[in-house]
Amino acid sequence: MSISRRLASGGLIDRSKPISFSFDGKTYGGYAGDTLASALLANDTMLVGRSFKYHRPRGIFSAGPEEPNALVTLRSGARAEPNTKATTVELFDGLAASSQNCWPSPNFDLRAVHQLAGPLLNAGFYYKTFMWPAAFWEKFYEPAIRASAGLGALSGLDDPDTYEKTHAFCDLLVIGAGPAGLAAALAAGRAGARVVLAEEDFVLGGRLLSDTAQIDGVSAASWAALTEAELGTLPNVRILKRTAVFGAYDGEYGAIERVSDHLPVPPPFAPRQRLWKIVARQCVLAAGAAERPLVFPGNDRPAIMLASALRIYANRFGVTPGQCIAIFTTSDDGWRSAFELQKAGAEIAVVVDARAEVAPEVRKFAGNAPQFLGAHVSDTSGYRRLTNIEITDSTGKTRSVAVDTLGVSGGWSPSIGIATHLGSKGNWSEERSAFLCTDTPPGMQIAGAAAAQWTLADALHHGALAGAKAAAHVGLGLQTQKPIIASDEASGNNPVWLFKGSRRKAFIDLQNDVTATDVALAAQEGFRSVEQLKRYTTLGMATDQGKTSNVNGLAILAGEIRKTIAETGATRARPPHVPVAIGAFAGLHSGKHFKPTRLTASHAASAALNATFVEAGQWMRAQWFNAPGETDWLQSVTREVKAVRSSVGICDVSTLGKIALCGSDVGAFLDRVYVNTFSTLPIGKVRYGVMLREDGFVMDDGTTARLAADHYVMTTTTVNAGKVMQHLEYCHQVLWPELDVQMVSVTEQWAQIAVAGPTSRELLQALLGDACDISNEAFPYMACAEFHVGNIPLRLFRVSFSGELAYEIAAPAGYGEALFNALMSAGKTFDVMPYGTEALSVMRIEKGHVAGSELNGQTVARDLGLGRMMSVKKDYIGRTMAAREALIDPDRPTLVGLRPVDRSQRLRNGTLLFARGVTPAPDTNAGFITSTAFSPGNNHWIGLGLLARGPERHGEIIRAWDPVRSGDLELEVVDPVFIDAEGARLRA
Amino acid sequence: MRIPCPYCGSRDASEFSYSGDATLTRPAPDSTDAMFDYVYLRDNPVGVHQEHWYHTAGCHAWVKVTRNVSTHEVIDAVLAHDEAES
Repeated sequence: MSISRRLASGGLIDRSKPISFSFDGKTYGGYAGDTLASALLANDTMLVGRSFKYHRPRGIFSAGPEEPNALVTLRSGARAEPNTKATTVELFDGLAASSQNCWPSPNFDLRAVHQLAGPLLNAGFYYKTFMWPAAFWEKFYEPAIRASAGLGALSGLDDPDTYEKTHAFCDLLVIGAGPAGLAAALAAGRAGARVVLAEEDFVLGGRLLSDTAQIDGVSAASWAALTEAELGTLPNVRILKRTAVFGAYDGEYGAIERVSDHLPVPPPFAPRQRLWKIVARQCVLAAGAAERPLVFPGNDRPAIMLASALRIYANRFGVTPGQCIAIFTTSDDGWRSAFELQKAGAEIAVVVDARAEVAPEVRKFAGNAPQFLGAHVSDTSGYRRLTNIEITDSTGKTRSVAVDTLGVSGGWSPSIGIATHLGSKGNWSEERSAFLCTDTPPGMQIAGAAAAQWTLADALHHGALAGAKAAAHVGLGLQTQKPIIASDEASGNNPVWLFKGSRRKAFIDLQNDVTATDVALAAQEGFRSVEQLKRYTTLGMATDQGKTSNVNGLAILAGEIRKTIAETGATRARPPHVPVAIGAFAGLHSGKHFKPTRLTASHAASAALNATFVEAGQWMRAQWFNAPGETDWLQSVTREVKAVRSSVGICDVSTLGKIALCGSDVGAFLDRVYVNTFSTLPIGKVRYGVMLREDGFVMDDGTTARLAADHYVMTTTTVNAGKVMQHLEYCHQVLWPELDVQMVSVTEQWAQIAVAGPTSRELLQALLGDACDISNEAFPYMACAEFHVGNIPLRLFRVSFSGELAYEIAAPAGYGEALFNALMSAGKTFDVMPYGTEALSVMRIEKGHVAGSELNGQTVARDLGLGRMMSVKKDYIGRTMAAREALIDPDRPTLVGLRPVDRSQRLRNGTLLFARGVTPAPDTNAGFITSTAFSPGNNHWIGLGLLARGPERHGEIIRAWDPVRSGDLELEVVDPVFIDAEGARLRA
Repeated sequence: MRIPCPYCGSRDASEFSYSGDATLTRPAPDSTDAMFDYVYLRDNPVGVHQEHWYHTAGCHAWVKVTRNVSTHEVIDAVLAHDEAES
C-alpha cells in the first residue's frame, strides 16, 4: 500500500468524484480534475520512466505542457498513443497508461547499463564512437542504437477513431486563458468583438488556478471562474478548452482541439480530435511562461522538480509531492513557491538562493526554514528518488541536507514560440532575463508572462489593454474598462546558468539527455552557433521542443564561447508548437474519402449488368461487362468488340469533359486555342481538334460541335477536363478578354452515351422515332443536332471513336440512366451489347486513334501523325514553339502500327523498340510501344508505338526488347490504322 | 494564406491554383526568341511580385494578385480580365 500524498483539503479537484485508473498495470485512485501526473504524485508514484539515452530513472518534472520526462503511452491496442505528457492528460475513469523506454519497468531497467557507457555516448557520439570498423556501422552499430533509442512505439494498428477539420473566423484570437488571456478576451468581448479564446488546459485560469492571490476582492481561481461565466454569456465569444494553438501561418492559426481525449473512447459520431484553422484579424498571445530549471551536478533525479510545479500540485490538485522539500532558486519566485507550499502544509527544509542579496520582504516567504544566500546545490544523491542534497554555501563550505524533494527555480522563459513562426526571432532582454519577441506577426500582440510582464497585476493590466486595442483595430472603439485590482509581486531574478560541484552529469535537456559537458564539448569542437549546437548535441530536438532546455543550453554555450546571450542568439521556432497527430491533418479525408468518387448516370444499371469498374481520374467507369460463363477479362472484351463491329454496342462516355462556349467570337477563340480552324465550322457540324500547350507539345484533343451560330460544345479527354477548362479561361480572361466568349463546364449536366456499330442507326431510329431525321443524307458523318423527345432535350453527334457507324447521344444528367435503359431495351431486337472502356480502347487502337498513352505530354502533333492539321494561316497557342528545330526533327519517334511477326505473340505496353540486329542500349533506342490490344478483327495482338522515322519504316521488321517480361520479339512496322483504312464504315 | 477574390471575397489559398508571373505579355507570333523567354524564363524576385491565381474551387476567375513573396503579405487582388482590358 503506497502512501497518499493528497492533502486533507484544498485544490480544485472534485473529491466527490473518485476515479480509478491504472499505470503499468497497477490500479490507483484519483479525482475528477486531476491530471495523470497529479494523480500519480498523490499515490506517491514519482518515478515514471527512463531517460532517452542513458536510461536514468526520471520523475515527473513539471505540471504542464513543457514536461520533458513524464512521457507515457496512453491507452492500449489500436488506441495506444505514445509520448503523451502525463502532466497534460486529464484523468478519466478507466484510464490505462504505461511507462516507456524502460524494460522491464521504470524501477528496474536493464538498459540502465547505458550509463556505464556514458563516456561513449557524449555529444555527436554517433559520428565518432561507432565509426570503426566502418562496415560495422550499417550492420551492427546503427541497428543496435536504433533498437535501444526511441521513446514510445506506435501500435501499428489502424486508428479506429475519426478526426475533423473545421474553420473559425474571428476578430480576435486569444491564445491562452491565464490572467492576461482572460483579461484580453473580456475586454474585447465586452467591446463586441468576435473572440475565440483557446486554452490548452481543461480548465481556464492558467496560473490563477494555483495562485492564492486576490483579484477584485475574490480568490484568483474564483475570479477565473467568474470571468469564464461572463464570457459564456457573450454570444460573440467562443471558448475552446483543451485546444492548443500550434502554429501561426499567413493570416491564420492552426489549433488542435482534443475533443474526446479525456474520455475512454469518443462518444458516437464524435471525433477524437478536431483541427481548427482560425482566421483571425487580431491575435493576443497570452501563452504564459515556463519556469527554467537550474543546471547543477546530479540535477536529474526523480523528485527534483520545477518549484512552480510543486506549487501547482499543492494549490490546484491538493497534492504535495514530498514531505521535506528544499527550494533552490535564483529568483524571487522560488521564495514565493516556498511560501505557498508551506501554506498548503508542506515542510520546507531549506531555501538556497544563488544571489548574495535578497530583499527582506522576499526572505520572509521562507518562514522559519533555514536560508542560504550566495549558495548553491552542488550535488545530489538518491537513485530512484532524491534523498540528499549537498549545499555549497557562500564561503565554499559544503553540507548535506536530507530532503525528499527539491524545487528549482531559475526564472521564467516566456512562451513566444508561436510569435516567431513567421520568421522573426526572440531578442534577449538583459533586464528581464528572457527572450522577448518584438517583431510579431501582423496583428499579433503579446501580453502577460509571454511578454515578461511577470506580476499578476501587470498581466491583468496588459491583457485588458491588448484586448481593448485589438477591438479598436477592428473598429470597435476603445471602451473605458474598470481596472482589475490585484496585488503586486516581487519578481526579481538574477540567473546563474551553470553551477559547479561534483563530477556528476549536469543535465540541460532532460528528454534528450544533453549535459553541460556535451555543450562544452560541442563548443570546443567548433560547433559554436546555436543552430549547429542544436543539431550536434540534439539539444531541444525532443518532443518537448526544448521548452525547459533551450535557454539554459544557449546561455551555457554563450559562456563557453565568451559571448553574450544576445550575441549568441536563439534558434527559431517552427510550427507545430505542440505535437499534432497526422490523423488530425488528414481529418475525414482518409481512405476512400481522400478524393471524391464520381459515378456516371449509368453506374447502377451497369453494376446490374455485372460491370467491372475502373477508376478514370475521379470517375468510376465500366471496364467490361461479365457475361455468364466468362472466366477471363479478355473473353468479355473480345465479345464486346465483336458485337460492336457486327451489330451495335453502347458505352457511357459522360466522363469526357464538356465545355459550353457561347458568344459571337467563339469561332475566333477556338482558332487561337486549337491547331486547326473552327471559325469555318458550319452550324450542325462537329470537328476533331488538337490543342497545344504554349511550349508546343500536345495538351489535349477532342471534338467540338457547333450547335448554333454562337453556341459550341467542346469535349475534352476525361482526365484533362479540369486542366483544359483552366487553360481556356486563362486564354480568355488573361490573353484575349476583348473576345465575346462565355464558357462553362457542363460535364456534370449532360450524360452522354456512345451508340456504335453497323445497326446503330436502326437502334436510334427505333428510339427517337421522327424526333430527328438521322438518315445518312440528312445526318452524315460529323453532323450534330439538338431536338426534343417529349419534353426532354437531347443532343446527337455523329462521331466515331470505334471506327464504326456511330453516334453519341446526350441527355440532361437526370435522364442519363433512363437513356441508357431505353437504349438497352430498344436495342434488344438489334442484339445491343453494353461495352466498357477496355473494348473502347481495343477499337481505338485498331483504328489508330491516339489517347492518353500517346498524349503523354512529350509528343508534338507531328509525332502523332496529326502534323497536317496544324494551320499555317493563323496563330494559335503553341504554334511558334512547336516549330522549334528539335520538334520538327524527322528522327523524332512518330506514331506507327506494330504487329508481331509470330502472330501468336503478345505485345506489352512500354516495350522498347530497336532496329533489328542492334544491341539494346539507351543510345540505340528507337522508341517504345505506347498501346497494345488483342484485336478480334485481326485475331492477333496489335500495338501502337512511337518509332524514330516511323512513317518511313512501314514494312520494316524491328526488334522489341522487354527483358523482364516477354523478352525479345520481332515486330512488323505497319500503318497505325488496322481496320477500314478508307473509313467506309463510319460514313455508311 | 488568404486571397481576396474580387468576386468571392477573402478565401483560403487552397481554393486557388497558382500560375506564376503576371507581368509577362504574350509576344507576337513567329518571334521565337521572345516566345522562348515568355514560355521558359522567369525572374525570381524578392519582395513584391505580381502573380496569377485561378479560383479553381470558386468562381473560376483568373486573379492578378500583388503579393510580397518574402512575407506572403497579399497587397492587392484584381481580376486579370479588367487588368488586361484597361
